[in-house]
Amino acid sequence: MQAVVVENIVKKYVVKKNTVDALKGVSFSVDKGEIFGIIGPDGAGKTSLFRILTTLLIAESGKATVDGFDVVKDYKQIRNRVGYMPGKFSLYQDLSVQENLEFFAAIFNTSINENYALIKDIYQQIEPFKTRRAGQLSGGMKQKLALSCALIHKPTVLFLDEPTTGVDAVSRKEFWEMLHRLKTEGITILVSTPYMDEAGLCDRVALIQKGGILSINTPKGVTKEFKKPLWAVRASEMFHLMNAIKNDNAVESCYPFGQYHHVVFKNPGDDKKRLEEIIQTNHFSQTEIHSIEPNIEDCFMALMKE
Amino acid sequence: MISNEKVITADKLTKKFGPFVAVDQISFEVNKGEIFGFLGANGAGKTTAMRMLCGLSLPTSGTATVAGFDVYKENELIKRNIGYMSQKFSLYEDLTIRENIRFYAGIYGLSDQRIKEKTNLLLKQLSLEGKEKTLVRELPLGWKQKLAFSIAIVHDPAIVFLDEPTGGVDPITRREFWSLIYEASEKGITIFVTTHYMDEAEYCNRVSIMVDGRIDALDSPANLMKNFSADSMDGVFLQLARKAVRNE
Repeated sequence: MQAVVVENIVKKYVVKKNTVDALKGVSFSVDKGEIFGIIGPDGAGKTSLFRILTTLLIAESGKATVDGFDVVKDYKQIRNRVGYMPGKFSLYQDLSVQENLEFFAAIFNTSINENYALIKDIYQQIEPFKTRRAGQLSGGMKQKLALSCALIHKPTVLFLDEPTTGVDAVSRKEFWEMLHRLKTEGITILVSTPYMDEAGLCDRVALIQKGGILSINTPKGVTKEFKKPLWAVRASEMFHLMNAIKNDNAVESCYPFGQYHHVVFKNPGDDKKRLEEIIQTNHFSQTEIHSIEPNIEDCFMALMKE
Repeated sequence: MISNEKVITADKLTKKFGPFVAVDQISFEVNKGEIFGFLGANGAGKTTAMRMLCGLSLPTSGTATVAGFDVYKENELIKRNIGYMSQKFSLYEDLTIRENIRFYAGIYGLSDQRIKEKTNLLLKQLSLEGKEKTLVRELPLGWKQKLAFSIAIVHDPAIVFLDEPTGGVDPITRREFWSLIYEASEKGITIFVTTHYMDEAEYCNRVSIMVDGRIDALDSPANLMKNFSADSMDGVFLQLARKAVRNE
């Protein structure tokens, strides 16, 4: 049985007489024990999707099940089974770390001791501050407490809405290590993120933009869908280099990526020669051209333009 | 265009909150027109350092000048000569595009004539002509951020401070945003930027990395990668930030 099945979900909001399509008929399914990433920028529809799957919001049309239960009819069963960590910190700011955890354990008719093994790795890092009010914690500690509270009833499916937004690269890496440990406990994890580099840490990903799914695949599968050759180019004058490449009619796209620009041609053929010509005509120095494998962000941008 | 003129000089700049040393004797200089990346893990002291440089918080010790003004005595002059933008605070959602430009330009004391010129120029640059009466609330996030940046430099400041300007923005708009940064730098505006996107760190001319209140590394991205034997800034950042002993 699949942990999550989403079929043609549509969600609209009416904002001052204007209708906004938050989700335009989204479908996908998640296997048990899978880490499934929903990757997309702000406004893509990630939070609406999570709220529908956690029974906090009702879709206009479409169907979805979590752990075999219908998100509308069987909302009570779903609420007992899933863990949800919203993007915005939603614990009780004026309760202490321990009080928050005890509260959530009590609500789910369990105790901290019963499932301590599951949260031990995470909770131990904040245990020295267990008498501190949640509102007084730093961002990283709040995140660990929220995850502990979402896990305290040993959920079958865990929904994490942008858990790493605004978090530095080191803490992000640690957070993903925690998720991989939870996966070994058999928990299915749906996680959303605006950071494209985190896609590679998921078993499968759905790339989402403006309420529609651009692609669903394994991270490797997504990059294999990128059909045209991709070139990395650099020179000492990167900004001028980009303008020169963009002004060439044969070029389909040119985007900066760290120290290189990534270039795709409309009709691939003598790509390298053409790039060399651009460099020669403009007298760029310290240049380098080589072909590269696309990453998720290359694919996302190419799909956005389609 | 980078020149040798110094827009920021900081010498042993320090900020203590009681016994806690938030910023620990940081020393560095930033040149005119430079794109300077200011990195560090959450809690490393970036925000405190930035607040001192923006004239919003008095240092405990050390010296610093921003745009030629002293952070102790001339902090009001600093505020007038810098631009500031963050993801959290940028524009007024319930004002139109034109009203936001008018508001900020007015605050910075631009003449009516100059505000008119600047408004037209800015709308043209961002291809927002005909949309000046749109409420900022109705703009997609990426447009808001581009508009917020353009407004942050509407008074042609010597330097603009950008605090995580591109968080949550889609990858194409994120790059368009960086094009605006490059253009501003070409015009001689110094850019001081914090980001959690390590590829963006590589767009900077130089990058400093703060660990536990200190600046533990400062160089061009290429040199940092060479010195830390890393193939990306991500690798450099992880090596340095992992040394941190301070718990946020």
